Amino acid sequence: MIVVYVETVGGVVAEVSLEAVAFARTLAAAGGGIPVDAVVCGPLGDAGPKELAEAGVRTVLHADAGEFDVFSGAAHARAVLAAREQTRAVVLMGGGTNRGNDVMARVATELDVAMAANVVAFEGLSPFTVTRQVVGGAALEEVRLGSRPAVFSVAGHAVEATPAETAGPATLTPLAVTLEPGDLTVRAVSVEAVDTEAAGNLKSARVVVGAGRGAGGPEGFGDALELAELLGGQLGVSRVVTSLGWRPHHEQVGQTGSRISPEVYIPCGISGAIQHWAGCASSKVILAVNTDADAPMMTKATYAVVGDMHEVVPAVNEEIRRRRG
Amino acid sequence: MADVLVCVKRVPDFSGEVLLSDDAQSADARYVGHTLSNHDLCAVETAVQLAAATGGSATVLTVGSADAVEQLRTALGVGCTAAVLVEADPVTLGPADVAREVAAVVADHEASRGAAYDLVLLGNDAADSGDFQVGIRLARLLDRPVVTGVQTVTLDGDRVTLVSDVAEGRETYRLPTPAVVTVLEGGVEPRYPTITGRMKAKKIPVEERALSAEPVGSGRVRLRVPAPQSSTSTLLGEGPEAAPAVVDLLQQLGVAR
Ligand SMILES: Cc1cc2nc3c(=O)[nH]c(=O)nc-3n(C[C@H](O)[C@H](O)[C@H](O)COP(=O)(O)OP(=O)(O)OC[C@H]3O[C@@H](n4cnc5c(N)ncnc54)[C@H](O)[C@@H]3O)c2cc1C
Repeated sequence: MIVVYVETVGGVVAEVSLEAVAFARTLAAAGGGIPVDAVVCGPLGDAGPKELAEAGVRTVLHADAGEFDVFSGAAHARAVLAAREQTRAVVLMGGGTNRGNDVMARVATELDVAMAANVVAFEGLSPFTVTRQVVGGAALEEVRLGSRPAVFSVAGHAVEATPAETAGPATLTPLAVTLEPGDLTVRAVSVEAVDTEAAGNLKSARVVVGAGRGAGGPEGFGDALELAELLGGQLGVSRVVTSLGWRPHHEQVGQTGSRISPEVYIPCGISGAIQHWAGCASSKVILAVNTDADAPMMTKATYAVVGDMHEVVPAVNEEIRRRRG
Repeated sequence: MADVLVCVKRVPDFSGEVLLSDDAQSADARYVGHTLSNHDLCAVETAVQLAAATGGSATVLTVGSADAVEQLRTALGVGCTAAVLVEADPVTLGPADVAREVAAVVADHEASRGAAYDLVLLGNDAADSGDFQVGIRLARLLDRPVVTGVQTVTLDGDRVTLVSDVAEGRETYRLPTPAVVTVLEGGVEPRYPTITGRMKAKKIPVEERALSAEPVGSGRVRLRVPAPQSSTSTLLGEGPEAAPAVVDLLQQLGVAR
Protein backbone atom coordinates (compact mmCIF):
# COMPACT_ATOMS: atom_id res chain seq x y z
CA MET A 1 0.00 0.00 0.00
CA ILE A 2 1.10 3.53 -0.81
CA VAL A 3 -0.39 6.43 1.12
CA VAL A 4 -0.17 9.95 -0.29
CA TYR A 5 -0.75 12.94 2.00
CA VAL A 6 -2.87 15.29 -0.09
CA GLU A 7 -2.91 19.04 0.55
CA THR A 8 -5.91 21.21 -0.17
CA VAL A 9 -6.30 24.96 -0.58
CA GLY A 10 -9.83 26.09 0.20
CA GLY A 11 -11.09 22.50 -0.20
CA VAL A 12 -9.43 22.15 -3.62
CA VAL A 13 -6.74 19.52 -4.13
CA ALA A 14 -3.34 21.19 -4.61
CA GLU A 15 -1.55 20.65 -7.91
CA VAL A 16 1.56 19.45 -6.08
CA SER A 17 -0.50 16.67 -4.47
CA LEU A 18 -1.80 15.50 -7.86
CA GLU A 19 1.84 15.41 -8.97
CA ALA A 20 2.67 13.30 -5.90
CA VAL A 21 -0.16 10.90 -6.78
CA ALA A 22 1.14 10.65 -10.35
CA PHE A 23 4.56 9.81 -8.89
CA ALA A 24 2.96 7.23 -6.58
CA ARG A 25 1.48 5.49 -9.65
CA THR A 26 4.95 4.83 -11.07
CA LEU A 27 5.94 3.31 -7.73
CA ALA A 28 2.72 1.29 -7.60
CA ALA A 29 3.38 -0.08 -11.08
CA ALA A 30 6.95 -1.03 -10.16
CA GLY A 31 5.58 -2.79 -7.09
CA GLY A 32 3.21 -4.89 -9.21
CA GLY A 33 0.12 -2.71 -9.03
CA ILE A 34 -0.17 -1.97 -5.31
CA PRO A 35 -3.04 0.42 -4.53
CA VAL A 36 -2.58 4.12 -3.91
CA ASP A 37 -4.60 5.69 -1.11
CA ALA A 38 -4.85 9.38 -0.24
CA VAL A 39 -5.17 11.12 3.12
CA VAL A 40 -7.01 14.43 3.12
CA CYS A 41 -7.30 16.55 6.26
CA GLY A 42 -10.00 19.18 6.68
CA PRO A 43 -12.61 20.41 4.21
CA LEU A 44 -12.63 18.75 0.79
CA GLY A 45 -14.80 20.06 -2.06
CA ASP A 46 -17.08 17.78 -4.10
CA ALA A 47 -14.64 17.69 -7.02
CA GLY A 48 -11.85 16.36 -4.80
CA PRO A 49 -12.62 12.59 -4.74
CA LYS A 50 -13.27 12.52 -8.50
CA GLU A 51 -10.07 14.38 -9.24
CA LEU A 52 -8.08 12.04 -7.01
CA ALA A 53 -9.76 8.98 -8.58
CA GLU A 54 -8.77 10.21 -12.03
CA ALA A 55 -5.22 10.56 -10.76
CA GLY A 56 -5.29 6.90 -9.74
CA VAL A 57 -6.30 6.97 -6.06
CA ARG A 58 -8.34 4.00 -4.85
CA THR A 59 -9.47 5.19 -1.42
CA VAL A 60 -9.62 8.74 -0.10
CA LEU A 61 -9.20 8.61 3.67
CA HIS A 62 -10.77 11.79 4.96
CA ALA A 63 -9.92 13.25 8.38
CA ASP A 64 -12.77 15.72 8.60
CA ALA A 65 -13.21 16.39 12.33
CA GLY A 66 -13.33 20.06 13.37
CA GLU A 67 -9.72 19.87 14.60
CA PHE A 68 -8.65 19.69 10.99
CA ASP A 69 -10.33 22.88 9.82
CA VAL A 70 -7.15 24.80 10.56
CA PHE A 71 -3.69 23.53 9.68
CA SER A 72 -1.64 21.83 12.34
CA GLY A 73 1.44 19.95 11.19
CA ALA A 74 1.28 17.62 14.18
CA ALA A 75 -2.41 16.76 13.65
CA HIS A 76 -1.94 16.17 9.92
CA ALA A 77 1.01 13.90 10.66
CA ARG A 78 -1.16 12.00 13.13
CA ALA A 79 -3.71 11.46 10.32
CA VAL A 80 -1.03 10.05 8.00
CA LEU A 81 0.09 7.72 10.80
CA ALA A 82 -3.51 6.58 11.35
CA ALA A 83 -3.82 5.87 7.63
CA ARG A 84 -0.61 3.90 7.74
CA GLU A 85 -1.94 1.76 10.60
CA GLN A 86 -5.16 1.15 8.74
CA THR A 87 -3.62 0.28 5.36
CA ARG A 88 -0.29 -1.21 6.50
CA ALA A 89 1.35 1.10 3.95
CA VAL A 90 4.99 0.52 3.01
CA VAL A 91 5.35 3.96 1.43
CA LEU A 92 4.16 7.27 2.89
CA MET A 93 4.61 10.32 0.72
CA GLY A 94 3.50 13.91 0.21
CA GLY A 95 4.21 16.94 -1.97
CA GLY A 96 7.47 18.85 -1.54
CA THR A 97 5.94 22.08 -0.29
CA ASN A 98 6.84 23.64 3.06
CA ARG A 99 3.67 22.08 4.41
CA GLY A 100 4.18 18.66 2.80
CA ASN A 101 7.76 18.51 4.01
CA ASP A 102 6.69 19.56 7.50
CA VAL A 103 4.07 16.82 7.73
CA MET A 104 6.23 14.08 6.22
CA ALA A 105 9.18 14.99 8.46
CA ARG A 106 6.89 14.71 11.50
CA VAL A 107 5.67 11.33 10.25
CA ALA A 108 9.23 10.04 9.73
CA THR A 109 10.33 11.35 13.12
CA GLU A 110 7.39 9.72 14.87
CA LEU A 111 8.18 6.38 13.15
CA ASP A 112 11.93 6.86 13.71
CA VAL A 113 12.77 6.29 10.05
CA ALA A 114 14.63 8.42 7.51
CA MET A 115 12.84 10.94 5.29
CA ALA A 116 13.92 12.16 1.88
CA ALA A 117 12.68 15.64 0.97
CA ASN A 118 12.07 16.76 -2.61
CA VAL A 119 12.38 13.51 -4.49
CA VAL A 120 12.35 13.74 -8.30
CA ALA A 121 12.80 10.11 -9.36
CA PHE A 122 12.58 6.63 -8.07
CA GLU A 123 15.54 4.35 -8.82
CA GLY A 124 14.69 0.94 -7.42
CA LEU A 125 12.58 -1.03 -4.98
CA SER A 126 15.13 -3.21 -3.22
CA PRO A 127 17.03 -1.50 -1.90
CA PHE A 128 14.47 1.32 -1.98
CA THR A 129 16.39 4.13 -3.65
CA VAL A 130 15.25 7.58 -4.74
CA THR A 131 16.88 10.63 -6.29
CA ARG A 132 16.20 13.98 -4.65
CA GLN A 133 16.97 17.60 -5.38
CA VAL A 134 19.69 19.21 -3.32
CA VAL A 135 21.24 22.69 -3.53
CA GLY A 136 17.75 23.86 -4.43
CA GLY A 137 17.70 21.65 -7.53
CA ALA A 138 21.18 22.47 -8.86
CA ALA A 139 22.39 18.99 -7.87
CA LEU A 140 20.81 15.59 -7.31
CA GLU A 141 21.37 13.12 -4.50
CA GLU A 142 20.69 9.42 -4.69
CA VAL A 143 19.57 8.13 -1.28
CA ARG A 144 18.74 4.72 0.05
CA LEU A 145 15.71 4.60 2.32
CA GLY A 146 16.59 1.48 4.27
CA SER A 147 13.75 1.20 6.77
CA ARG A 148 10.02 0.66 6.29
CA PRO A 149 7.87 2.52 5.67
CA ALA A 150 9.75 4.62 3.15
CA VAL A 151 8.87 8.27 3.84
CA PHE A 152 9.50 11.05 1.35
CA SER A 153 8.13 14.12 -0.41
CA VAL A 154 8.01 14.72 -4.17
CA ALA A 155 9.58 17.98 -5.38
CA GLY A 156 7.12 20.42 -6.93
CA HIS A 157 7.00 20.20 -10.74
CA ALA A 158 9.26 17.11 -10.75
CA VAL A 159 6.54 15.09 -12.46
CA GLU A 160 3.45 16.15 -14.37
CA ALA A 161 0.05 15.73 -12.78
CA THR A 162 -1.22 13.49 -15.59
CA PRO A 163 -4.39 11.41 -15.15
CA ALA A 164 -4.08 7.65 -14.67
CA GLU A 165 -4.60 5.45 -17.75
CA THR A 166 -7.00 3.18 -15.94
CA ALA A 167 -8.93 4.72 -13.11
CA GLY A 168 -11.97 3.55 -11.20
CA PRO A 169 -14.08 5.63 -8.84
CA ALA A 170 -12.44 6.39 -5.52
CA THR A 171 -14.13 5.47 -2.27
CA LEU A 172 -14.40 8.30 0.23
CA THR A 173 -13.90 6.85 3.73
CA PRO A 174 -13.84 8.79 6.98
CA LEU A 175 -10.53 8.49 8.80
CA ALA A 176 -10.67 8.39 12.59
CA VAL A 177 -7.64 10.08 14.11
CA THR A 178 -6.79 10.12 17.81
CA LEU A 179 -4.87 13.28 18.53
CA GLU A 180 -2.33 13.52 21.35
CA PRO A 181 -2.71 16.40 23.82
CA GLY A 182 0.16 18.43 22.32
CA ASP A 183 -0.91 18.07 18.70
CA LEU A 184 -3.08 21.17 18.62
CA THR A 185 -0.56 23.39 20.42
CA VAL A 186 0.94 24.05 17.04
CA ARG A 187 -2.02 25.37 15.17
CA ALA A 188 -2.51 28.47 13.08
CA VAL A 189 -4.66 30.89 15.07
CA SER A 190 -5.45 33.02 12.06
CA VAL A 191 -5.00 32.91 8.33
CA GLU A 192 -5.16 36.11 6.33
CA ALA A 193 -6.23 35.18 2.82
CA VAL A 194 -4.27 36.28 -0.22
CA ASP A 195 -5.50 36.83 -3.73
CA THR A 196 -5.48 33.25 -5.01
CA GLU A 197 -7.37 34.28 -8.14
CA ALA A 198 -4.40 36.40 -9.15
CA ALA A 199 -2.11 33.34 -8.96
CA GLY A 200 -4.58 31.50 -11.20
CA ASN A 201 -4.41 34.32 -13.75
CA LEU A 202 -0.63 34.04 -13.80
CA LYS A 203 -0.73 30.31 -14.51
CA SER A 204 -3.12 30.70 -17.42
CA ALA A 205 -1.72 33.94 -18.89
CA ARG A 206 -0.69 33.98 -22.60
CA VAL A 207 2.05 36.48 -21.85
CA VAL A 208 4.04 36.82 -18.63
CA VAL A 209 6.49 39.64 -18.05
CA GLY A 210 8.99 38.58 -15.40
CA ALA A 211 10.97 40.86 -13.12
CA GLY A 212 13.70 39.88 -10.69
CA ARG A 213 16.27 41.51 -8.47
CA GLY A 214 17.22 43.62 -11.48
CA ALA A 215 14.06 45.66 -10.80
CA GLY A 216 16.13 47.21 -8.01
CA GLY A 217 13.39 47.79 -5.45
CA PRO A 218 9.63 47.84 -4.84
CA GLU A 219 9.28 50.87 -7.16
CA GLY A 220 11.17 49.17 -9.99
CA PHE A 221 8.24 47.22 -11.45
CA GLY A 222 6.35 50.02 -13.20
CA ASP A 223 7.74 49.43 -16.69
CA ALA A 224 7.36 45.66 -16.48
CA LEU A 225 3.77 46.06 -15.25
CA GLU A 226 3.08 48.43 -18.12
CA LEU A 227 4.52 46.00 -20.67
CA ALA A 228 2.38 43.22 -19.17
CA GLU A 229 -0.66 45.44 -19.53
CA LEU A 230 0.17 46.44 -23.12
CA LEU A 231 0.44 42.74 -24.02
CA GLY A 232 -2.65 41.71 -22.03
CA GLY A 233 -0.44 39.62 -19.75
CA GLN A 234 0.54 39.22 -16.11
CA LEU A 235 3.57 40.08 -14.00
CA GLY A 236 5.64 37.17 -12.63
CA VAL A 237 8.59 37.60 -10.28
CA SER A 238 11.56 35.70 -8.88
CA ARG A 239 11.84 34.53 -5.30
CA VAL A 240 14.30 37.23 -4.37
CA VAL A 241 11.54 39.72 -5.15
CA THR A 242 8.93 38.04 -2.94
CA SER A 243 11.33 37.32 -0.11
CA LEU A 244 12.43 40.94 -0.03
CA GLY A 245 8.75 41.83 0.13
CA TRP A 246 8.87 43.87 -3.09
CA ARG A 247 5.91 41.95 -4.56
CA PRO A 248 3.40 39.43 -3.15
CA HIS A 249 4.07 35.67 -3.04
CA HIS A 250 1.32 34.77 -5.50
CA GLU A 251 3.32 36.46 -8.27
CA GLN A 252 6.32 34.17 -7.76
CA VAL A 253 7.31 31.89 -10.60
CA GLY A 254 9.39 28.80 -9.91
CA GLN A 255 9.87 25.69 -7.89
CA THR A 256 8.21 27.19 -4.84
CA GLY A 257 5.95 29.47 -6.86
CA SER A 258 3.66 29.06 -9.86
CA ARG A 259 4.54 27.02 -12.91
CA ILE A 260 3.69 29.02 -15.97
CA SER A 261 3.41 27.97 -19.61
CA PRO A 262 2.61 31.13 -21.59
CA GLU A 263 3.11 31.71 -25.32
CA VAL A 264 5.79 34.22 -24.39
CA TYR A 265 7.69 34.75 -21.14
CA ILE A 266 9.76 37.94 -20.90
CA PRO A 267 12.06 37.63 -17.85
CA CYS A 268 13.77 40.96 -17.10
CA GLY A 269 16.61 41.18 -14.58
CA ILE A 270 16.17 37.51 -13.61
CA SER A 271 19.30 35.36 -13.52
CA GLY A 272 17.50 32.12 -14.35
CA ALA A 273 18.55 30.08 -11.32
CA ILE A 274 17.49 26.46 -11.64
CA GLN A 275 14.63 26.95 -9.15
CA HIS A 276 13.19 29.78 -11.23
CA TRP A 277 13.72 27.84 -14.43
CA ALA A 278 11.68 24.96 -12.95
CA GLY A 279 8.65 27.23 -13.10
CA CYS A 280 9.08 28.76 -16.54
CA ALA A 281 10.72 26.02 -18.63
CA SER A 282 7.45 25.11 -20.31
CA SER A 283 6.99 28.60 -21.77
CA LYS A 284 6.80 28.36 -25.61
CA VAL A 285 9.11 31.31 -26.25
CA ILE A 286 11.39 32.99 -23.72
CA LEU A 287 12.72 36.48 -24.40
CA ALA A 288 15.26 37.44 -21.74
CA VAL A 289 16.42 40.96 -20.87
CA ASN A 290 19.52 41.12 -18.71
CA THR A 291 22.62 43.26 -18.30
CA ASP A 292 24.70 40.06 -18.10
CA ALA A 293 24.86 38.22 -21.45
CA ASP A 294 26.14 35.12 -19.66
CA ALA A 295 23.34 34.84 -17.08
CA PRO A 296 21.77 31.34 -17.29
CA MET A 297 18.43 32.84 -18.32
CA MET A 298 20.10 34.56 -21.28
CA THR A 299 21.82 31.43 -22.54
CA LYS A 300 18.72 29.23 -22.11
CA ALA A 301 16.20 31.72 -23.56
CA THR A 302 14.94 31.56 -27.14
CA TYR A 303 15.76 35.27 -27.63
CA ALA A 304 17.92 37.63 -25.62
CA VAL A 305 18.43 41.37 -25.30
CA VAL A 306 21.52 42.52 -23.43
CA GLY A 307 20.74 45.67 -21.49
CA ASP A 308 19.36 47.42 -18.46
CA MET A 309 15.68 46.56 -18.00
CA HIS A 310 15.04 50.15 -16.92
CA GLU A 311 16.14 51.29 -20.38
CA VAL A 312 15.02 48.37 -22.58
CA VAL A 313 11.50 47.87 -21.20
CA PRO A 314 10.39 51.54 -21.44
CA ALA A 315 11.77 51.64 -25.00
CA VAL A 316 9.73 48.55 -25.89
CA ASN A 317 6.61 50.05 -24.29
CA GLU A 318 7.19 53.25 -26.22
CA GLU A 319 7.64 51.34 -29.49
CA ILE A 320 4.39 49.39 -28.94
CA ARG A 321 2.47 52.62 -28.23
CA ARG A 322 4.08 54.35 -31.24
CA ARG A 323 3.05 51.54 -33.60
CA ARG A 324 -0.48 51.59 -32.23
CA GLY A 325 -0.51 55.31 -33.01
CA MET B 1 14.85 38.03 29.19
CA ALA B 2 14.99 35.41 26.47
CA ASP B 3 17.73 32.86 26.02
CA VAL B 4 17.79 31.82 22.39
CA LEU B 5 19.83 29.08 20.76
CA VAL B 6 20.28 29.43 17.01
CA CYS B 7 21.62 26.55 14.91
CA VAL B 8 23.54 27.20 11.70
CA LYS B 9 25.30 25.14 9.05
CA ARG B 10 28.44 25.86 7.04
CA VAL B 11 27.45 25.41 3.39
CA PRO B 12 29.28 25.90 0.08
CA ASP B 13 28.52 29.26 -1.55
CA PHE B 14 26.90 27.98 -4.71
CA SER B 15 25.54 31.01 -6.48
CA GLY B 16 26.86 29.73 -9.78
CA GLU B 17 28.04 26.29 -10.76
CA VAL B 18 28.01 23.29 -8.41
CA LEU B 19 31.13 21.09 -8.32
CA LEU B 20 31.40 17.72 -6.62
CA SER B 21 34.21 15.92 -4.81
CA ASP B 22 35.88 13.05 -6.71
CA ASP B 23 34.01 10.42 -4.69
CA ALA B 24 30.67 12.23 -5.38
CA GLN B 25 29.95 12.21 -1.64
CA SER B 26 30.08 15.94 -1.07
CA ALA B 27 30.08 19.30 -2.79
CA ASP B 28 33.49 20.69 -3.66
CA ALA B 29 33.70 24.20 -2.30
CA ARG B 30 37.40 24.76 -3.02
CA TYR B 31 36.73 27.51 -5.54
CA VAL B 32 33.59 29.06 -4.16
CA GLY B 33 34.16 29.21 -0.41
CA HIS B 34 31.60 28.74 2.35
CA THR B 35 28.74 30.71 3.76
CA LEU B 36 25.50 30.44 5.72
CA SER B 37 22.16 29.71 4.04
CA ASN B 38 19.81 32.67 3.70
CA HIS B 39 17.40 30.93 6.08
CA ASP B 40 20.18 30.53 8.67
CA LEU B 41 21.18 34.19 8.31
CA CYS B 42 17.57 35.17 8.99
CA ALA B 43 17.44 32.81 11.99
CA VAL B 44 20.60 34.44 13.39
CA GLU B 45 19.17 37.92 12.83
CA THR B 46 15.94 36.89 14.57
CA ALA B 47 17.87 35.44 17.52
CA VAL B 48 19.96 38.60 17.88
CA GLN B 49 16.88 40.84 17.74
CA LEU B 50 15.02 38.75 20.33
CA ALA B 51 18.01 38.72 22.67
CA ALA B 52 18.46 42.49 22.30
CA ALA B 53 14.77 43.24 22.80
CA THR B 54 14.58 41.21 26.01
CA GLY B 55 18.08 41.73 27.42
CA GLY B 56 18.68 38.02 26.94
CA SER B 57 21.26 35.91 25.16
CA ALA B 58 21.72 34.46 21.68
CA THR B 59 23.95 31.40 21.50
CA VAL B 60 24.97 30.15 18.07
CA LEU B 61 25.60 26.44 17.55
CA THR B 62 26.90 24.39 14.68
CA VAL B 63 27.52 20.69 14.22
CA GLY B 64 30.28 20.33 11.66
CA SER B 65 33.94 20.59 10.78
CA ALA B 66 36.44 22.68 12.75
CA ASP B 67 36.34 25.15 9.84
CA ALA B 68 32.75 25.98 10.72
CA VAL B 69 34.21 28.29 13.37
CA GLU B 70 34.27 30.81 10.51
CA GLN B 71 30.44 30.72 10.36
CA LEU B 72 30.17 30.90 14.16
CA ARG B 73 32.36 34.03 14.06
CA THR B 74 30.05 35.55 11.45
CA ALA B 75 27.11 35.04 13.81
CA LEU B 76 29.08 36.39 16.78
CA GLY B 77 30.04 39.36 14.62
CA VAL B 78 26.39 40.36 14.17
CA GLY B 79 25.52 40.06 17.85
CA CYS B 80 25.33 36.46 19.03
CA THR B 81 26.69 36.30 22.56
CA ALA B 82 28.10 32.76 22.81
CA ALA B 83 29.08 29.97 20.45
CA VAL B 84 29.24 26.17 20.48
CA LEU B 85 30.92 23.90 17.96
CA VAL B 86 30.16 20.18 17.98
CA GLU B 87 33.00 18.89 15.88
CA ALA B 88 32.25 16.17 13.33
CA ASP B 89 32.94 15.23 9.74
CA PRO B 90 29.86 16.70 8.01
CA VAL B 91 29.82 13.97 5.34
CA THR B 92 29.01 11.37 7.99
CA LEU B 93 26.06 13.28 9.42
CA GLY B 94 22.37 12.86 8.64
CA PRO B 95 19.51 15.03 9.93
CA ALA B 96 18.85 12.65 12.84
CA ASP B 97 22.49 13.01 13.95
CA VAL B 98 22.39 16.79 13.88
CA ALA B 99 19.11 16.84 15.80
CA ARG B 100 20.52 14.48 18.44
CA GLU B 101 23.62 16.64 18.92
CA VAL B 102 21.63 19.85 19.24
CA ALA B 103 19.35 18.13 21.74
CA ALA B 104 22.41 17.08 23.77
CA VAL B 105 23.63 20.69 23.90
CA VAL B 106 20.17 21.89 24.94
CA ALA B 107 19.93 19.24 27.66
CA ASP B 108 23.39 20.04 29.05
CA HIS B 109 22.62 23.75 29.07
CA GLU B 110 19.47 23.11 31.01
CA ALA B 111 21.24 20.82 33.47
CA SER B 112 24.10 23.25 34.13
CA ARG B 113 22.08 26.49 34.24
CA GLY B 114 18.86 25.13 35.61
CA ALA B 115 16.94 26.92 32.86
CA ALA B 116 15.97 25.96 29.33
CA TYR B 117 16.59 27.98 26.16
CA ASP B 118 13.28 29.74 25.62
CA LEU B 119 13.58 29.24 21.89
CA VAL B 120 15.69 27.13 19.60
CA LEU B 121 15.81 28.65 16.12
CA LEU B 122 17.07 26.89 12.99
CA GLY B 123 17.07 27.69 9.29
CA ASN B 124 14.05 26.09 7.61
CA ASP B 125 16.23 23.96 5.35
CA ALA B 126 19.92 24.10 4.50
CA ALA B 127 20.90 25.54 1.11
CA ASP B 128 22.98 22.45 0.29
CA SER B 129 21.25 19.33 1.65
CA GLY B 130 17.72 20.75 1.94
CA ASP B 131 16.70 18.01 4.37
CA PHE B 132 13.85 19.92 5.98
CA GLN B 133 13.71 17.93 9.20
CA VAL B 134 16.37 18.81 11.77
CA GLY B 135 14.00 21.19 13.60
CA ILE B 136 11.20 18.65 13.70
CA ARG B 137 13.46 15.84 14.89
CA LEU B 138 14.93 18.12 17.53
CA ALA B 139 11.51 19.18 18.80
CA ARG B 140 10.51 15.54 19.16
CA LEU B 141 13.66 14.75 21.15
CA LEU B 142 13.04 17.74 23.40
CA ASP B 143 9.28 17.15 23.56
CA ARG B 144 8.59 20.74 22.53
CA PRO B 145 6.24 22.24 19.95
CA VAL B 146 7.74 23.17 16.60
CA VAL B 147 6.58 25.46 13.80
CA THR B 148 8.44 25.44 10.48
CA GLY B 149 8.80 28.04 7.75
CA VAL B 150 8.34 31.06 10.03
CA GLN B 151 9.24 34.59 8.94
CA THR B 152 8.74 36.71 12.02
CA VAL B 153 9.04 35.81 15.69
CA THR B 154 7.83 37.96 18.59
CA LEU B 155 8.09 37.08 22.24
CA ASP B 156 5.65 38.21 24.88
CA GLY B 157 6.63 36.71 28.23
CA ASP B 158 6.31 32.97 27.89
CA ARG B 159 4.28 33.10 24.68
CA VAL B 160 5.72 33.35 21.20
CA THR B 161 3.90 34.64 18.12
CA LEU B 162 5.03 33.32 14.77
CA VAL B 163 3.99 34.57 11.36
CA SER B 164 4.61 32.91 8.04
CA ASP B 165 3.61 33.72 4.49
CA VAL B 166 2.34 30.56 2.84
CA ALA B 167 0.63 29.94 -0.49
CA GLU B 168 -2.78 30.15 1.22
CA GLY B 169 -2.11 33.41 2.97
CA ARG B 170 -0.44 34.80 6.07
CA GLU B 171 -0.61 32.37 8.98
CA THR B 172 -0.17 33.30 12.62
CA TYR B 173 0.75 30.80 15.34
CA ARG B 174 0.85 31.43 19.05
CA LEU B 175 2.54 28.95 21.35
CA PRO B 176 4.00 28.62 24.79
CA THR B 177 7.78 28.63 25.20
CA PRO B 178 10.06 26.72 25.24
CA ALA B 179 9.59 25.97 21.55
CA VAL B 180 11.49 25.15 18.38
CA VAL B 181 11.09 27.34 15.30
CA THR B 182 12.53 27.00 11.82
CA VAL B 183 13.01 30.31 10.04
CA LEU B 184 12.43 31.01 6.35
CA GLU B 185 13.98 34.05 4.68
CA GLY B 186 11.79 37.07 4.05
CA GLY B 187 10.75 38.37 7.47
CA VAL B 188 13.94 40.04 8.64
CA GLU B 189 16.87 41.64 6.85
CA PRO B 190 20.13 40.07 8.09
CA ARG B 191 22.68 42.69 9.10
CA TYR B 192 26.35 42.62 8.13
CA PRO B 193 29.09 42.38 10.76
CA THR B 194 30.66 45.76 11.56
CA ILE B 195 34.37 46.10 12.30
CA THR B 196 33.70 46.55 16.01
CA GLY B 197 31.33 43.60 15.85
CA ARG B 198 34.07 41.46 14.36
CA MET B 199 36.60 42.62 16.94
CA LYS B 200 34.22 41.76 19.77
CA ALA B 201 33.45 38.40 18.17
CA LYS B 202 37.12 37.45 18.19
CA LYS B 203 37.22 37.69 21.98
CA ILE B 204 34.25 35.41 22.58
CA PRO B 205 35.45 31.85 23.28
CA VAL B 206 33.90 29.04 21.21
CA GLU B 207 32.87 26.06 23.34
CA GLU B 208 34.05 22.90 21.63
CA ARG B 209 32.33 19.57 22.05
CA ALA B 210 32.67 16.10 20.60
CA LEU B 211 29.84 14.04 19.12
CA SER B 212 27.70 12.34 21.74
CA ALA B 213 27.09 9.22 19.61
CA GLU B 214 28.17 7.50 16.40
CA PRO B 215 26.44 9.11 13.40
CA VAL B 216 23.77 7.09 11.58
CA GLY B 217 24.28 9.12 8.38
CA SER B 218 21.87 10.18 5.66
CA GLY B 219 21.60 7.15 3.36
CA ARG B 220 23.45 9.07 0.65
CA VAL B 221 24.63 6.87 -2.19
CA ARG B 222 26.08 9.59 -4.40
CA LEU B 223 25.62 13.14 -5.66
CA ARG B 224 25.18 14.09 -9.26
CA VAL B 225 25.06 17.36 -11.20
CA PRO B 226 22.69 17.53 -14.17
CA ALA B 227 24.48 18.18 -17.49
CA PRO B 228 24.54 21.88 -18.39
CA GLN B 229 22.62 23.03 -21.45
CA SER B 230 24.51 24.91 -24.13
CA SER B 231 23.30 28.30 -25.28
CA THR B 232 20.58 28.22 -27.89
CA SER B 233 19.39 31.80 -27.75
CA THR B 234 19.24 34.35 -30.55
CA LEU B 235 20.50 37.81 -29.65
CA LEU B 236 17.96 40.47 -30.66
CA GLY B 237 20.22 43.39 -29.82
CA GLU B 238 21.65 45.53 -27.06
CA GLY B 239 20.05 48.27 -24.98
CA PRO B 240 16.99 50.34 -25.91
CA GLU B 241 17.97 50.18 -29.60
CA ALA B 242 16.73 46.57 -29.54
CA ALA B 243 13.14 47.76 -28.96
CA PRO B 244 11.98 47.67 -32.63
CA ALA B 245 13.35 44.11 -33.02
CA VAL B 246 11.59 43.08 -29.79
CA VAL B 247 8.26 44.51 -30.94
CA ASP B 248 8.69 42.92 -34.41
CA LEU B 249 9.09 39.59 -32.66
CA LEU B 250 6.13 40.14 -30.34
CA GLN B 251 3.96 41.01 -33.36
CA GLN B 252 5.21 37.98 -35.24
CA LEU B 253 4.29 35.80 -32.26
CA GLY B 254 0.85 37.39 -32.26
CA VAL B 255 1.01 38.82 -28.74
CA ALA B 256 1.40 42.50 -29.68
CA ARG B 257 -0.76 44.34 -32.14
C1 LIG C 1 14.88 25.47 -2.26
C2 LIG C 1 14.86 26.71 -3.12
C3 LIG C 1 13.70 27.05 -3.80
C4 LIG C 1 13.66 28.19 -4.62
N1 LIG C 1 12.52 28.49 -5.31
C5 LIG C 1 12.52 29.55 -6.14
C6 LIG C 1 11.37 29.89 -6.93
O1 LIG C 1 10.30 29.27 -6.85
N2 LIG C 1 11.46 30.95 -7.78
C7 LIG C 1 12.60 31.69 -7.92
O2 LIG C 1 12.61 32.63 -8.72
N3 LIG C 1 13.67 31.41 -7.17
C8 LIG C 1 13.67 30.36 -6.29
N4 LIG C 1 14.78 30.13 -5.54
C9 LIG C 1 15.85 31.14 -5.53
C10 LIG C 1 16.79 31.04 -6.70
O3 LIG C 1 17.84 30.14 -6.39
C11 LIG C 1 17.43 32.41 -7.00
O4 LIG C 1 18.03 32.90 -5.84
C12 LIG C 1 16.45 33.46 -7.51
O5 LIG C 1 15.64 32.95 -8.54
C13 LIG C 1 17.24 34.62 -8.02
O6 LIG C 1 16.39 35.68 -8.35
P1 LIG C 1 16.83 36.79 -9.39
O7 LIG C 1 17.20 36.12 -10.65
O8 LIG C 1 15.76 37.81 -9.41
O9 LIG C 1 18.08 37.45 -8.66
P2 LIG C 1 19.63 37.34 -8.96
O10 LIG C 1 20.08 35.94 -8.98
O11 LIG C 1 20.27 38.29 -8.03
O12 LIG C 1 19.77 37.86 -10.44
C14 LIG C 1 19.49 39.14 -10.86
C15 LIG C 1 19.79 39.21 -12.35
O13 LIG C 1 19.41 40.46 -12.84
C16 LIG C 1 20.44 41.00 -13.64
N5 LIG C 1 20.32 42.45 -13.50
C17 LIG C 1 20.66 43.22 -12.45
N6 LIG C 1 20.32 44.50 -12.67
C18 LIG C 1 19.72 44.53 -13.88
C19 LIG C 1 19.12 45.56 -14.66
N7 LIG C 1 19.05 46.82 -14.23
N8 LIG C 1 18.61 45.22 -15.87
C20 LIG C 1 18.67 43.95 -16.31
N9 LIG C 1 19.23 42.94 -15.62
C21 LIG C 1 19.73 43.23 -14.41
C22 LIG C 1 21.71 40.39 -13.14
O14 LIG C 1 22.67 40.32 -14.19
C23 LIG C 1 21.25 39.01 -12.71
O15 LIG C 1 21.33 38.07 -13.77
C24 LIG C 1 14.82 29.00 -4.73
C25 LIG C 1 15.97 28.65 -4.02
C26 LIG C 1 16.01 27.53 -3.23
C27 LIG C 1 17.29 27.19 -2.52
